[in-house]
Amino acid sequence: MSVSITPRKKRNKQAVGFLPGLLADKKSRKIVAPIIAIGFFLIVWQLFSFGPDANLPGPIKVVSQTWELIINPFFDKGATNKGLFWQIFASLQRVAIGFTLAAIVGISLGIVVGTNGFLFDALDPIFQVLRTIPPLAWLPISLAAFQQANPSAIFVIFITSIWPIILNTIVGVQQIPQDYVNVSKVLQLSRREYFMDIVFPATVPYIFTGLRIGIGLSWLAIIAAEMLIGGVGIGFFIWDAWNAANISQIILALVYVGVVGLLLDKLIGFIAAKVVPDEQK
Amino acid sequence: MQNIKKTQQVSFKFPDSKIPVQNSPRDGFLVIENVSKVYQTPKGPYTVLEEVNLDVKEGEFICLIGHSGCGKSTLLNMVAGFSEPTDGEVRLQGEAITEPGPDRMMVFQGYALLPWKTAFENVYLAVNSVYPKKSESQKVAITRQHLAMVGLTEAADKKPKQLSGGMKQRVSIARALAIRPQVLILDEPFGALDAITKEELQEELLKIWTDHRCTVLMITHDIDEALFLADRLVMMTNGPHAKIGEVLEISFPRPRDRTRIMEDPEYYKLRNYALDFLYHRFAHDDAS
Repeated sequence: MSVSITPRKKRNKQAVGFLPGLLADKKSRKIVAPIIAIGFFLIVWQLFSFGPDANLPGPIKVVSQTWELIINPFFDKGATNKGLFWQIFASLQRVAIGFTLAAIVGISLGIVVGTNGFLFDALDPIFQVLRTIPPLAWLPISLAAFQQANPSAIFVIFITSIWPIILNTIVGVQQIPQDYVNVSKVLQLSRREYFMDIVFPATVPYIFTGLRIGIGLSWLAIIAAEMLIGGVGIGFFIWDAWNAANISQIILALVYVGVVGLLLDKLIGFIAAKVVPDEQK
Repeated sequence: MQNIKKTQQVSFKFPDSKIPVQNSPRDGFLVIENVSKVYQTPKGPYTVLEEVNLDVKEGEFICLIGHSGCGKSTLLNMVAGFSEPTDGEVRLQGEAITEPGPDRMMVFQGYALLPWKTAFENVYLAVNSVYPKKSESQKVAITRQHLAMVGLTEAADKKPKQLSGGMKQRVSIARALAIRPQVLILDEPFGALDAITKEELQEELLKIWTDHRCTVLMITHDIDEALFLADRLVMMTNGPHAKIGEVLEISFPRPRDRTRIMEDPEYYKLRNYALDFLYHRFAHDDAS
């Protein structure tokens, strides 16, 4: 939200047309403005693709060439020849497993390391080094360790998304106000009470920040990993389309990948809104 | 700094006052004996407190006053058990204090209420933890009773964010008293409150103390507050190497009435004496 210093001009309500009217209202502008932007982008894109030596198809061509895939996401003709729903579903499954493991291990480890000064001093430098390693750099190691494509991809998700979860949980635990810790000490709260009534509520906003960064990273990583390991999944679908020189399919897949990534982020945000105490937002 | 070295702990009495020297048999309920606290800093050891001695009788109301940085909070933290003395000992009923416990409940400077819990839940957390054997309904009753005592029955289901500073402090006091501590420690409890709320709460605290008679140790910056509440006012010298400069006996009869006390000529003698101690004899470094 912006703060305007000068008093706002009064709107002339009688003179506004339909579109300016929608834009004047802040709520409807949130919806209308992006639609205008997307429309503008599509038009520019279409204009560029009219050029004689354009390498990429324009939006109209993309939609017409992939229409079968768009209207029929659920087909399953065996092997990797499946509808986009199944491709994305396969990728999401890998993310779900890898990310859930990362969340469980990351939050537990973060709480332990955050409450123990020695462990923190010992492990923090290692975390700081490991977290900078790009997701795909883990793939050869994990293929060597697991010998199979699917567990390797899941491990890449796990190892990519765990660092922000660990590090944010540690910060969350370390920032618990000393006053709350003192209250728990003077009341001699049991470990369970201390965790449930103080550590968890005080840390949960930080945990969710970590989860949100983690899910974004894991979605980034899965696409890249699947391109290399093959099988069913939206990443390999893109790679397959590239080998078949089907640029329209790649563009369609990119749109889907972006939308799913956004939805994953919103999902974590939605859960956070339900779980994080109001006072901690 | 020279005069600090000369100062010994003396129980101050006015030559013309008629304060009887009390030697009750319950002496030594809470004993602070030769307590020193030294912090190790990169620049070498830093002595906050040196050779502090104080005997507190059961049920006594003690106020501590002194300039910031004189180690009042450090001293009370050692009574609470949050830190241990470098030298010397703090004993409650003959037993050395080594860790925090609900028998020495603290009302924290910043209230220290859990923001995700309602006033009721904040008090209940304490009650539940200290009386694990009581039934659910008994614990609820104790919680309600103490919220009512500080006049918060209506606001029981509100969270700290919805409460004013005075109400938060009331919750904090209710939480502290609900677990029946032997010693109630208050770290500048009314410092952040407006003058009217402050007076109201002082009166409530005094009334509750009269009814329950726990031993109270309270840090304050307000001489009038101390004179209204305390049996004795402990005045600390400046840190580092702070110690108890003098202890002022405040013998106004109880129950105390603010206006009546303030009409007493003794009040101004005590007040001026304390002011002189704080602002002339042990003026803060900034001021001197």
